[in-house]
Amino acid sequence: MPSKVEKWKDEVYGNEIREHLMEFAEKGWDAIPEDEHDAWFERFKWWGLYHQRSGQESYFMMRIGTPNGVIKPGQLEVIGEIAKEYATGPVDNPEFGEAYCDWTTRQSIQLHWIKLEDIPEIFEKLEAVGLGTQQACGDSWRNIVGCPVAGKDKHEHVDAWPVAEDLHETFKGNDDYSNLPRKWKVAIAGCDEGCGQGDINDLAFEPAEKDGELGFNVRIGGGLSRKEPRLARDIDVWVPPEQAADVAHGMSSLFRDYGDREDRFNARIKFLMDEWGPEKMRSVLQEEYVDFELPTAGEDMRDQYSYNTGSQDGHNDHVGIHEQKDGNYYIGLNVLVGRMGADDVLELAELADEYGSGEVRLTQRQNIIVTDVPEENLDEFTSEPLLENYSPDPSPFMRGSIACTGTEYCSLSIVETKNRQVRYARWLKDNVELPEDHKDFHIHLSGCTASCAQPQIADVSLRGMKTRKDGEPVEALDIGLGGGLGDDPRFADWVEMRVPADEVPGAIKNLVNNFEDAREGGETFRDFVEDRDEETLAEMVEPEETDYHDPYMHNTKMTWYPYAEDDDMQSSPAPTDGSGEPLPSDD
Amino acid sequence: MTTDVHQLDDGAWISVNDSREVNVSDLWLLARSDFCGCETTDFLAEGFVKVGVDYPDIQARIAGQCIACGESGVTDWLTVGRVVDPNSGEFYGVDHESVHFPEKRTRLAHPEK
Ligand code: HEM
Ligand code: SF4
Ligand SMILES: [Zn+2]
Repeated sequence: MPSKVEKWKDEVYGNEIREHLMEFAEKGWDAIPEDEHDAWFERFKWWGLYHQRSGQESYFMMRIGTPNGVIKPGQLEVIGEIAKEYATGPVDNPEFGEAYCDWTTRQSIQLHWIKLEDIPEIFEKLEAVGLGTQQACGDSWRNIVGCPVAGKDKHEHVDAWPVAEDLHETFKGNDDYSNLPRKWKVAIAGCDEGCGQGDINDLAFEPAEKDGELGFNVRIGGGLSRKEPRLARDIDVWVPPEQAADVAHGMSSLFRDYGDREDRFNARIKFLMDEWGPEKMRSVLQEEYVDFELPTAGEDMRDQYSYNTGSQDGHNDHVGIHEQKDGNYYIGLNVLVGRMGADDVLELAELADEYGSGEVRLTQRQNIIVTDVPEENLDEFTSEPLLENYSPDPSPFMRGSIACTGTEYCSLSIVETKNRQVRYARWLKDNVELPEDHKDFHIHLSGCTASCAQPQIADVSLRGMKTRKDGEPVEALDIGLGGGLGDDPRFADWVEMRVPADEVPGAIKNLVNNFEDAREGGETFRDFVEDRDEETLAEMVEPEETDYHDPYMHNTKMTWYPYAEDDDMQSSPAPTDGSGEPLPSDD
Repeated sequence: MTTDVHQLDDGAWISVNDSREVNVSDLWLLARSDFCGCETTDFLAEGFVKVGVDYPDIQARIAGQCIACGESGVTDWLTVGRVVDPNSGEFYGVDHESVHFPEKRTRLAHPEK
């Protein structure tokens, strides 16, 4: 029996949702029939709107998909203005203030506290500069990710940006692919650093050479969610850039037709890959979905990959000052946990205009890159006061931190994430010394097993849990070690479970010290973990209370908003009308 | 009116008649269950896998973990609340902090994934 969500999708889905959305927005929150809430909120995702968690009814998260993270000249200013005007809630965030943008791990943008009534205005402003929210969530082609410096970088062999843009144009709003069994995540990269993160996407195009021609090898079925992480598997197919779209058509049609529509937990293509294996995947693609002979895989560049390999060289997270192939520079700025205040966004938009071309790009490590800066502007740009907070040369603990949305807004979350990770990073910066030769050290915090912060591919992986401390339930984290990408990608080993959140910084401090003492020669952290068994590693993680203080131990999910002075669920003002005034609630 | 129950957002919560009623991240005390070796399982709900109605009970099978011993898995059917009067559709949640007894079998009027 098809799932309930499938039934709703059969009734109304894809582009046509928009007219209903606009009509509801026009009439106001109350116009959505009470017995159709679930169906409409499920559908609104397709237009980038995700109803926020319990206690925050009538407020939406809005996701804007920027393919390959490219924010063209003029767009950042509009994003900042929209955040400032519309993304404000009843209570400020103590770290980030009243309005902010989240740069996400899939090179997208998230705004929170969006009111239904404001959506027509927001869409108009976004669309006027070529931005949009279409298919940013929901069962469809999601934002396409890739090397954030595609077209600029010296390590590039194929310029993947025009291909990514072409895929985006072809598959956004395309009715043939608007109703897939589940989300469909695509990565494409043409550089030899491996920063497309193809291994954790449903469909990955990776640079490869065949008979002297440059194109892409195809991998299928990666993803991290639900304690079922999978690396994408090689299906032994190579495509030239001009045929990438044909293979993408074929693969997403295959997924549309064969993906599981009865059980959403089993719907992602990684599970079909489990069932079929790469040979069958290839032959079904060949026989039923493409009308030309698929070439076998070409020679890839995976042995040159440096991105997130733990090797401590290569341009890794793109933070810092790097020369482009046209002689200009790109400057990767660290944005701690990916969240940037709206005023700062507006200021950065001005600076990007003044010193560069006005273009900026988002990375899959929640950072932002200002591109096209001529050499003569570098000194002046890097001495701008804004760059003290968004540094091109931050502490490894600041630059390595990634955190998901967590209990602040997300229904699935178990623990508070972003504000906690900000406090962790500051404490670690002040209290822990990494070995001299370790400039990159990734700590990813996800509030639950959905793994939006990609914890499994970090040096230190943190995942939301609970435990009891003196009998009382408190927020806790599972700790995993040694994950990363590269030629030999590896998911973290979960070695220490249910550590009270206030003992995690102490645990990381002890771990780093134990690593420093026990490492052999120039052994990297990643190799160190790979060469030791779980038991040995678990002993090196010694959870400990320190002077680190955690204000979020108290089961933040049970609050309506974790940082409200009166955070009791019953004190929530939601649902509210278009101007934020409380409406009588239905229960 | 029939009672409409489903899990949404990948098992994040249970909807009863289009109202969000039961959420993940709560702790449930489970007794006489074979979920783990503990006498009472101190169960963290991480995702609703299946939901159903066994009038007047609203039931669910929940994915999660015992935070005392670390055993993880999916529970048997648990009553998470009641809709006593299907006409009003009003939902009365159980107190998840009191002790619960998961059942092996249940007659489900409307089983749903
Ligand atoms: C309101 C709820 C949620 C919020 C706020 C949220 C937030 C995010 C963010 C910020 C990202 C990275 C950005 C992007 O996709 O463009 C992300 C990615 C992701 N989300 Fe969520 N998410 C939510 C619900 C879920 C749920 C229900 C799942 C369940 C499967 C999920 C699974 C993932 C995964 C697996 C990734 C990325 C990791 C990968 O590439 O495999 N998220 N989410
Ligand atoms: S990892 Fe879990 S808690 Fe974090 S945003 Fe994703 S779904 Fe929410
Ligand atoms: Zn137990």
